[in-house]
Amino acid sequence: MVKLNINGQIHDVASEPDTPLLYALREDLALNGAKYGCGVGQCGACTVLLDGKPVFSCLVPISVVDGRAVTTLEGLGSADKPSPVQRAFIELQAAQCGYCIPGMMVRAEALLQRLPSPTTAEIRAHLQPNLCRCGTHMRIVAAVQRAAELSKSTAPQKI
Amino acid sequence: MRLTVRLIALLVIIAAAYVVWAWRSPMQGVAAPAKSTFDVAQLRHGSELAAIGNCVQCHTAPQGKPYAGGRAVPTPFGIVWGPNITPDPDTGIGLYSKQAFLRAMRDGVDRQGRHLYPAFPYDHMVKASANDIEAVWAFMITREPVRQINQTTRLAFPLDQRILLAGWKAMFFNRQAFTPDPGHDAAWNRGAYLVEGLAHCGACHTPRNIFGAETKSAAYAGGQVEGWTAPALNSSSPAAVPWTTARIETYLRLGRDDLHGAAAGPMNEVTHALAGVVAADVAAIATYVADIAGNATPERAAVAAKAVASSRSGAAPVSASDPGSAVYAGACAQCHGDAARAPTNPAVNLALSSAVRAADETNFVNVVHGGIRQPDGLGGPYMPGFADILTPAQVRDLASHVRNTYAGKPDWTGVADAWRRQSAIK
Amino acid sequence: MSQKLPDANLTRRALLTTGGALVVSFSLLPSLGLAQAPPADTVSPQPSPPQPLPGSLKTSPMLDAWLRIGADGSVTLFTGKSELGQGIRTALTQIAAEQLGLAFAAVKLITSDTQQTPNEGYTSGSQSMSDSGTAIMHATAQAREILINLAAEKWGTAADGLQAKDGSVAAPDGRKLGFGELVAGQTLSVRAGSTSKLKMPQTFAIVGKSVPRVDIPGKLTAAPSFIQDMRPAGMLHARVVRPPSPAAKLLRIATSAVETLPGVKKVIVDGRFLAVVADREFRAIKAMEALAAAAEWSESPSLPKQSEIFDVLKSLPNKVYTIRDDKGPAGAVTKSLEAAYSRPYQMHASIGPSCALAQFSDGQMTVWSHAQGMFPLRQAIAELLTLPEDKVRCIHVEGSGCYGHNGADDAAADAALIAIGVPGVPIRLQWMREQEHAWEPYGPAMAMRVKADLDGDGRIATWDYSVWTNTHSTRPGGAGSTLAGQLKAQAFAIPAPQIIPQPAGGGDRNIIPLYKIPNVHLDHNFIPEMPLRVSALRGLGAYANVFAIESFMDELAVAANADPVAFRLKHLEDPRARDVVSLAAEKFGWQAAAKLGPGRGHGFGFAKYKNIAAYCAVAIELEVERETGHIRLLRAVAASDSGQAVNPDGIRNQIGGGIVQSASWTLHEAVAFDTTRILSRDWSSYPILHFAELFETVDVHVIDRPGMPFLGTGEASQGPTGAAIANAICSATGVRIRDLPLNAARIKQAIGV
Ligand code: FES
Ligand code: FES
Repeated sequence: MVKLNINGQIHDVASEPDTPLLYALREDLALNGAKYGCGVGQCGACTVLLDGKPVFSCLVPISVVDGRAVTTLEGLGSADKPSPVQRAFIELQAAQCGYCIPGMMVRAEALLQRLPSPTTAEIRAHLQPNLCRCGTHMRIVAAVQRAAELSKSTAPQKI
Repeated sequence: MRLTVRLIALLVIIAAAYVVWAWRSPMQGVAAPAKSTFDVAQLRHGSELAAIGNCVQCHTAPQGKPYAGGRAVPTPFGIVWGPNITPDPDTGIGLYSKQAFLRAMRDGVDRQGRHLYPAFPYDHMVKASANDIEAVWAFMITREPVRQINQTTRLAFPLDQRILLAGWKAMFFNRQAFTPDPGHDAAWNRGAYLVEGLAHCGACHTPRNIFGAETKSAAYAGGQVEGWTAPALNSSSPAAVPWTTARIETYLRLGRDDLHGAAAGPMNEVTHALAGVVAADVAAIATYVADIAGNATPERAAVAAKAVASSRSGAAPVSASDPGSAVYAGACAQCHGDAARAPTNPAVNLALSSAVRAADETNFVNVVHGGIRQPDGLGGPYMPGFADILTPAQVRDLASHVRNTYAGKPDWTGVADAWRRQSAIK
Repeated sequence: MSQKLPDANLTRRALLTTGGALVVSFSLLPSLGLAQAPPADTVSPQPSPPQPLPGSLKTSPMLDAWLRIGADGSVTLFTGKSELGQGIRTALTQIAAEQLGLAFAAVKLITSDTQQTPNEGYTSGSQSMSDSGTAIMHATAQAREILINLAAEKWGTAADGLQAKDGSVAAPDGRKLGFGELVAGQTLSVRAGSTSKLKMPQTFAIVGKSVPRVDIPGKLTAAPSFIQDMRPAGMLHARVVRPPSPAAKLLRIATSAVETLPGVKKVIVDGRFLAVVADREFRAIKAMEALAAAAEWSESPSLPKQSEIFDVLKSLPNKVYTIRDDKGPAGAVTKSLEAAYSRPYQMHASIGPSCALAQFSDGQMTVWSHAQGMFPLRQAIAELLTLPEDKVRCIHVEGSGCYGHNGADDAAADAALIAIGVPGVPIRLQWMREQEHAWEPYGPAMAMRVKADLDGDGRIATWDYSVWTNTHSTRPGGAGSTLAGQLKAQAFAIPAPQIIPQPAGGGDRNIIPLYKIPNVHLDHNFIPEMPLRVSALRGLGAYANVFAIESFMDELAVAANADPVAFRLKHLEDPRARDVVSLAAEKFGWQAAAKLGPGRGHGFGFAKYKNIAAYCAVAIELEVERETGHIRLLRAVAASDSGQAVNPDGIRNQIGGGIVQSASWTLHEAVAFDTTRILSRDWSSYPILHFAELFETVDVHVIDRPGMPFLGTGEASQGPTGAAIANAICSATGVRIRDLPLNAARIKQAIGV
């Protein structure tokens, strides 16, 4: 059993210690936020926050997580209570197929925590590790900017 | 008293003599000739040579305009800034006549007469023929001028006194031209000419003494550059499988070779530059470098054979007593494979990796920390960085597992500290 | 943890009988798709019935194939098309809600499922709106009239003046009858009429509005939205092991070590089809890698040299289809131009690799797939498993964007072939990234050659164009179209490649220039033999044909000393074409002799997709770094006309996304291979556009044409974008590059020193 701290909750998971976090999240915890895209750290579909930093969960064996705080898309907000980032992406309809978007939102969340009012250039540089094949990039960047505005107009988030 | 005065007088005279000796006159600024006055063949030739010399690397800022300068080149003496070498008359080399350019390349003296720091490898450029340097000048002087003010290199006193560089040159700067060795064929000689000259491989791969000069007696025994280890190219190379001409050529053109690894750090950029160079010149470089590496000794060959053979049987299963084994199985094996697993798109087998076999942990730590990436739109070796994934203790465990299991060598001692240093830079 | 699957056992008949009251709900069988010919990319159009029905009503004429009203008044809509991230769910619902006078949220939509929905062939070719949207518009309008007539009958009044509104039919005097009440006890069997009483576009309340997409909130808040998110109870994980190269032969394989790995339930070796089944996903991956390590292959070269691919293609036997041969008056020719263009193999390269679920229970195979055609897939899987077609059900579940025929069908066939050997258990098969890259069918390489003459007025007098390419669709049906069918020991033959006839066209899609030219000769040189596996990639031949046509238009404009936009307008008669060209130019601020910054250029491209779908014009400004050939994209401005714009924001999203995707194709993409193996096996060996390379702005202007037919939009901007980029590079540097991709190395080389 490995103990995982996911979105503030401690879970015991049955997966072997070398299992990448991505599979533990999706299989042991039935969380859909992190997606499989490449499994080798090239696309960002699986992005989660590890101690607040965006990482590719497909490359994180659960043995290294070891109590460190993991935040997934589910930890940002829910359908009933979407986070500013989620609200912004929904408001701007920043998705085509939507498969890459969870990873984009989680990575964007890390940026906004560090830099509440990023420039477009900073957003682009920060999102560089994540790929989108539908060409939704322009809306994604706009949504991150919108999220920055929304974050400012809401109470500070505790994620 | 008198003696003191005499001594001082003597020193002053010596100093004055030194200054006179060391002094270089400014050269007249000359407007850049129009591009149309050059022969296209000469420009193309210059372009090739500039690529072999990889001038763009030190003379371009990150995301900056090519050749417009602004790259920080860290040296043990401080940061040297690569200057603007586009033909902008004010901020670049737009006023350099052919002679002024020649002097800079071969004497390490700029147009104004200032001695240049040897971070600019004029000790190699001097080996290039006048004809070739002229072609490089023709190429550079016909680029689009970019107005970009240079960052001033400020080394600590007394190194900021450029006049002292004349003394350095007197001690370490061998102005001897390249002479072909009739004992070797044309390809070898072409390679030697390029490697010793414009390609300046020794600038990184030869160790430097405390004065920052290459230790010629230990040529190609490996050096340190920009926080990386430039591995030895000679017989002390850490490669498990001795390099051959063909392998070096592949590596230089594609940035990777299955039996050795991928180009990382500053070498990655070198391979980008060489990717566009005519095949024959890269092959010539490979011929000469393979000769530097020498034939495999029986011992080396045995090690190589063992490494290749062990490539599929190296990994220990995941075990609690070897905490790095789970890290490896979950984070690395999906590309690098292990005893029982053949990945769908295999990366280099770590039993063969020079970084894993190296005497120090520098390159291993750097690569695992920051990964390997290529510029947008360019294919080539890729590795994700694990900076935010692994803690210093976890990377030490991983290094231990990889080093013992794949290289059959003892642990490095400085992994965790090196990791922390990398994280601090970031 | 498990979740509810779309119910495999609930048949439509059961739905009907438990649902109670029905409208238009009879003579079910003909509408179930069993008896229907698949309308498709690959077959010639059906002979038209005497009175042609609109859209897909042609092939599924029973209204009950399209909608159902329950006893509670609930309205369920059926489409044979699938949501691919193009927003079709939302747009189709808008159309139905509009015609039925319902709130948007009151309509439930069931997408492609062989047991429930009409057979609309593939969701492809930007046809969903014209096929399904048109059918649904008419079906729902006709259903509304039936409901109104039922109410009139009950009340004994005239139908005139009655209105369908918010789920009821209402009389002017305030009386109301709910849809549910109206249909109670009714048994009607209704074939669609060829005319419908459509609502007037001026009265539209939902169509034409940018209704937010229904699928987006769930996708963005981690609701199970994709096939990858399905986790039925008892599910096992499968992985396949592919040969290292297309022609590799399996010499030997020792499976025993793999069989004893933790969690491994089954190892399958069937010819060259290798697979593992395990209880947990990462165990399945490890078992897959172990099986790969245990396999010994002999590889042999079977591919052409990449550098010689166009010579190879042109040297293969081909069949010439002359698409057009117009002979008109030829004035005095003053200038002649000729140029050759090419496009390499390019990939769909979905971000989420293909995935499928399959379960074989009680003799019935159910497959959940994100492929584009459930009915053709059913046919392929039935043949693969030698099951009757009615024992196979295929249900569409969304996957990552596919952009054509990617690995989805193959993954579905893989899953079915594995699942039949593990009865009773849901099998989830997920392809690995490298399998997707190396085995998906690529967009075919194409060579184009065009010659034209200009007359004394600077008009194009003659136009002679040829394209050489493979088929642009190897979609199933037929088990031989699937990798599983090709790799298993008792392999199925690959079906003979088919052309896709005009007007849609395949490799010759958009081969007909929309410009007014008196003499036009167009040849489609169809090459049956396929050196690499190929199939439909977004736009099919349109992308490269438009790239060539629109690049050449600029070359001609230069020769005619004309501004490219003015030159196009001079040859365009279709007023809607002129409108998009003019609007794009105006919004871009196009100026004939614009003074752009150093290294900057602008370019224009235009096409009417397939010559029968949306109009789209794109103008682009970019900057070229001469020293490296590196491109900095600055602005893209597009104008499009999709007929009646059902959801303008959806159109903007599709056009804008297409521009960015096309920029990636155009600047970077080419499948790499040596004579034995595919070398593009991941994102580092097949780089696509990154955020840093993005345009600074992309603006899309939609021309709405209320009341006009829907024109498919999903693939409209790829071709114009490719050409606009090429033209802008030429404007910036003075050099014309005719071979895709227009990557930095090529640009640098073209610029020279
Ligand atoms: S799935 Fe983790 S980076 Fe692609
Ligand atoms: S929205 Fe489809 S991959 Fe990004």
